Amino acid sequence: MPAVSKGDGMRGLAVFISDIRNCKSKEAEIKRINKELANIRSKFKGDKALDGYSKKKYVCKLLFIFLLGHDIDFGHMEAVNLLSSNKYTEKQIGYLFISVLVNSNSELIRLINNAIKNDLSSRNPTFMCLALHCIANVGSREMAEAFASEIPRILVAGDTMDSVKQSAALCLLRLYKTSPDLVMMGEWTSRVVHLLNDQHMGVVTAAISLITCLSQKNPDEFKTCVSLAVSRLSRIVSSASTDLQDYTYYFVPAPWLSCKLLRLLQCYPPPEDGAVKGRLVECLETILNKAQEPPKSKKVQHSNAKNAILFEAISLIIHYDSEPNLLVRACNQLGQFLQHRETNLRYLALESMCTLASSEFSHEAVKTHIETVINALKTERDVSVRQRAADLLYAMCDRSNAKQIVAEMLSYLETADYSIREEMVLKVAILAEKYAVDYSWYVDTILNLIRIAGDYVSEEVWYRVIQIVINRDDVQGYAAKTVFEALQAPACHENMVKVGGYILGEFGNLIAGDPRSSPLVQFNLLHSKFHLCSVPTRALLLSAYIKFINLFPETKATIQEVLRCDSQIRNSDVELQQRAVEYLKLSSIASTDVLATVLEEMPPFPERESSILAKLKKKKGPGAVSVTELEDNKREGGELNGEGDRGPDPAAMASSNASTPSPSADLLGIRSAAPVGAAPTSVGSLLVDVFSEAGPAAPSAAVNDDGFLSSASPSEDPAPPLSEADELLNKFVCKNNGVLFENQLLQIGIKSEYRQNLGRMYLFYGNKTSVQFASFTTTVSCPGELQSQLNASDQTSGTTGRGWSPDPTGTQHRVLTDFSDAPLLNIKFRYGGALQNLTLKLPVTINKFFQPTEMTSHDFFQRWKQLSQPQQEAQKIFKANHSMDTEVLKAKLLGLGTALLDDVDPNSENYVCAGVIQTKGQQVGCLLRLEPNGQAQMYRLTLRCSKDSVSRRLCELLAEQF
Amino acid sequence: MQFMLLFSRQGKLRLQKWYVPLSDKEKKKITRELVQTVLARKPKMCSFLEWRDMKIVYKRYASLYFCCAIENQDNELITLEIIHRYVELLDKYFGSVCELDIIFNFEKAYFILDEFLLGGEAQETSKKNVLKAIEQADLLQEPRHEYFAVPVY
Repeated sequence: MPAVSKGDGMRGLAVFISDIRNCKSKEAEIKRINKELANIRSKFKGDKALDGYSKKKYVCKLLFIFLLGHDIDFGHMEAVNLLSSNKYTEKQIGYLFISVLVNSNSELIRLINNAIKNDLSSRNPTFMCLALHCIANVGSREMAEAFASEIPRILVAGDTMDSVKQSAALCLLRLYKTSPDLVMMGEWTSRVVHLLNDQHMGVVTAAISLITCLSQKNPDEFKTCVSLAVSRLSRIVSSASTDLQDYTYYFVPAPWLSCKLLRLLQCYPPPEDGAVKGRLVECLETILNKAQEPPKSKKVQHSNAKNAILFEAISLIIHYDSEPNLLVRACNQLGQFLQHRETNLRYLALESMCTLASSEFSHEAVKTHIETVINALKTERDVSVRQRAADLLYAMCDRSNAKQIVAEMLSYLETADYSIREEMVLKVAILAEKYAVDYSWYVDTILNLIRIAGDYVSEEVWYRVIQIVINRDDVQGYAAKTVFEALQAPACHENMVKVGGYILGEFGNLIAGDPRSSPLVQFNLLHSKFHLCSVPTRALLLSAYIKFINLFPETKATIQEVLRCDSQIRNSDVELQQRAVEYLKLSSIASTDVLATVLEEMPPFPERESSILAKLKKKKGPGAVSVTELEDNKREGGELNGEGDRGPDPAAMASSNASTPSPSADLLGIRSAAPVGAAPTSVGSLLVDVFSEAGPAAPSAAVNDDGFLSSASPSEDPAPPLSEADELLNKFVCKNNGVLFENQLLQIGIKSEYRQNLGRMYLFYGNKTSVQFASFTTTVSCPGELQSQLNASDQTSGTTGRGWSPDPTGTQHRVLTDFSDAPLLNIKFRYGGALQNLTLKLPVTINKFFQPTEMTSHDFFQRWKQLSQPQQEAQKIFKANHSMDTEVLKAKLLGLGTALLDDVDPNSENYVCAGVIQTKGQQVGCLLRLEPNGQAQMYRLTLRCSKDSVSRRLCELLAEQF
Repeated sequence: MQFMLLFSRQGKLRLQKWYVPLSDKEKKKITRELVQTVLARKPKMCSFLEWRDMKIVYKRYASLYFCCAIENQDNELITLEIIHRYVELLDKYFGSVCELDIIFNFEKAYFILDEFLLGGEAQETSKKNVLKAIEQADLLQEPRHEYFAVPVY
């Protein structure tokens, strides 16, 4: 190295740095810095013009002070002056200062941009690179405005030096990331793609990062890069370790470029061209083969570089998810790494296997490693590795190994690190629910969870166990018995008391026959915990007590005594006091009949997405729980929820809930929970308030707003509905929640609930980019005659942030009469300046307003006959488009909203459903019969409704579903 | 890559390079928390950790920690080798580099990094080419004697 390399003679700077290092205290350091700042300030302000060297030295000192963590509020101008120096080192320090300390001071930016412009046009490659580095480091919008059109030209010009091309490519990438709207590749696209063929490996290495980013955003325009990338990769993979000279790193040819090529290919589906695909598969096989070869060097750099390529190749194999042979080979390779002595490799193998577990081709292969993974969970010394092991166990779990995995996770929880306990608890709860075949196991698992890690069991978890126990009558007795036993422990977690109070209050009678758990014993057990509990738990217990009075009249005197004592009836907490007073009064004045009606067993909860899963999703951030997992769980959760016995006699439900402050009315977390069957008028008014009685002719404010917008700037008319809007609509006929729409910028999730003729829909907008959306607006409208059929109103809140919007948009629908069209949702926002305008159909279909009707076989056929006019019937015979599996069909029919009637149709293969559609003006009775023919893979669907248009519309909708 | 930090075992920041726009306040907060997190880890632990919504890749060389934050889909092992290549570049340039070289010649450390990584992506992975670029720049320097006469204080 030349002697000049160590510092370039700024002795004053070196002296200052050693002074700072010699400071004994923070105060001394600050004193020294202030002295220096004063000195520099006086030099800059002094009458004597400073020479370039001094300016450089002082600017460099300021930079050093700033990097120490102190604020710098002057010197910018001097730094800008350095930019126009013709001495390289002065210019260089000037640029460094600007890169580190730039702020959007408009006056300076103009000057800086001028200096950059001069350097870019200097044709001196060293100066050009400095200028490009500065743009890439600052990357501000002002710079993008000034240079975004110039840089692509530099990048592809034939006479540009390689080093300048490299800087230009990455500079453009940075600008594209900050201001995608300003970077127009257009005419340059194909020349940029062809940089993949450049002879200079450095140019390819730099350009590919740009191409990858552009491909992610505009895959179609850049798709020619696939074949170029494959041939480049193939040349590297098959080259000898010395072919690439300095681009070979510890005997591995071009590891960085190889990884980037494999990364680029992950922006695309497998190549369609057979030859290209063949060549790529060959590359992937070679990479897998090389992993088995003995290492060419013992250095960790060699194995890291080699394995970096291997892991990237495995990511690509998983991304394609279409080559079973490669997937299984990848899995075996990762299996070897699971026991590798390098912690880093074990960590990555666990992580990568997690994604392999979700592929149908490799799921089984992943499962064979269960023992190793369990062992890792128990023995790894590094918590981040254990965390990966827990994630993998979660991912590989299915019905066959759920009991083993849940047991292992539970036992690990006893000693788990605090940092991961909460997530572990959620995972155990989800797995237990998802794969519960027998519910006693489920109840045991959750109670164990509370016992072992009570502090980390969130409300969602214990809410969920109660929902499930209430919905499954076959597990209620067991749950009561188990929770009773768990409460015997001298110290039990408050969450256990909550579950205990709730379950014994509902189902204590199921174990009261045993003298060891007689009503009084149960009560005393609960009450022994009372004083140690927080206010909400005590409130819950008070509700359990009043339920006891109803279940066991013999406990009445004891419980009244408790309620009457001063610590209850005069409790300083209003809620407790009120409950004590009201329950005491209720128990003394109401007749047994009234009491029995008011305190009746809780009705089953309506099906909904597992609140636990939602919580885990929130914890891990969007995208962590895939949509398929969500749907998966919903399907299985539905089964678990016992949806088969949904919709008990509404009258009974109404009475049950009418006035009881249920022990935890908010159990379901959404308002619909408590008043499921409450007096219809009160529910109605709740929603009608929000609707404002505007009537069908005057749509909501949001729609008017839209009119205003469209008159102001006609170009911003809502776009016509997407071509796939109908398809998206069909996805939601039998379900209420899920992902409505997704593109590269935005994901829209939907959650909806319906009651009678009212519906409420929550739309969750997820911003998939790293940039905020500007002026995000959504409007809901009813096109054409739908306006008179359906009231749709929305409460929009502007959502522009990254990630999921905190306040979802709510839209509410009120059906006035039957309808067949769907309301439109228009979304407009600016992404990097470009207006995005898209229109979707909201999945509000007539069947959403079904109320299930249970009826006997006799009633069913009687009504069937009554609806015998030809226009009342609609029939369709069609080919099966989806699985004809019984459970799947049942789930769909239930999702439709009707009651699925057993033992009605003489042929047990057929399905029969009944329901009433609630509109504002009238009720439309509907009967449905679905006759599958497994051999022919055909269905015959028959609908009979009291209104002919409804028959037709339902028939259309449903024919797409099976 | 979102940023790269170099800090000492005592937690002193020696170099910081940010490839995403953040306010000074955020940068300081991230630095403080991350330095603490990494320093608390034991020597044999793995070099990767999930931190906030990023992946952290770090490695210790003598008294200095080199620490990179990368995106979720980025490759950990290749990032580890990015760190190593940077260390090699510093080593070759300074000749058996130590922490003091980076303290006293911090601007050089930044220049070398800019030749190697730009906008958070590898610009030139060949050691020879990076050093050639830096040497060329050094040759453009004015001879030192010009300044010997200039009084410093």
